[in-house]
Amino acid sequence: MNVVFDIVSWALILTGSLFALTGAIGLLRLPDFFTRMHGAAIIDSFGVSMMLTGFFLQSGFTTAGVKLVLIFMFMIVTGPTATHALAKAALHGRLEPLTPLQEGNQS
Amino acid sequence: MFAAASVAILVTMALLLVRALLGPTVYDRILAVNSFGTKTVLIIAAYGFLTERPDFLDIALVYALINFVGTVAVLKYFEYGDLAVSAAGSRPGRPER
Repeated sequence: MNVVFDIVSWALILTGSLFALTGAIGLLRLPDFFTRMHGAAIIDSFGVSMMLTGFFLQSGFTTAGVKLVLIFMFMIVTGPTATHALAKAALHGRLEPLTPLQEGNQS
Repeated sequence: MFAAASVAILVTMALLLVRALLGPTVYDRILAVNSFGTKTVLIIAAYGFLTERPDFLDIALVYALINFVGTVAVLKYFEYGDLAVSAAGSRPGRPER
């Protein structure tokens, strides 16, 4: 049973690392602020949740596990809040979303 | 395994730093720094498990709180140009001019 938990947690941690790297590459490569938010969303949702779940499977129901659950719950509440505030501030600051017409003009 | 996760998180943080340094607008930089703080929480947790000292999770929890508050504060400053202003445009505690 312990081996099963180990394998599942390793798979979760590795997949979370892969999602985090994907999100960072997207954040670096995408052309516009509002498209870059997709990469940050991947990091905030899949990367964090999968890695924290993997850590939780490693720790089990101990004090560390409770702290991991607290971090997880806090992250899934504050991540979308910060992203929403960021998009609102960007729109308030007159940042125009990239439209297909502009993209065609640029390339 | 935690070492591999730590290396992946470090590479991610390096890429995010590149975006934070390049970012054409200030919002790109805030987005990158917010994700950087999220990854900092994760690497503190991963390092705690790597060195078998899970007490580091306390620091990760506090860092998550500080990261959120800091991001929202910086966003408010860049949105309204003032930290003490409300969304309606009035400043509490000061007479209206």
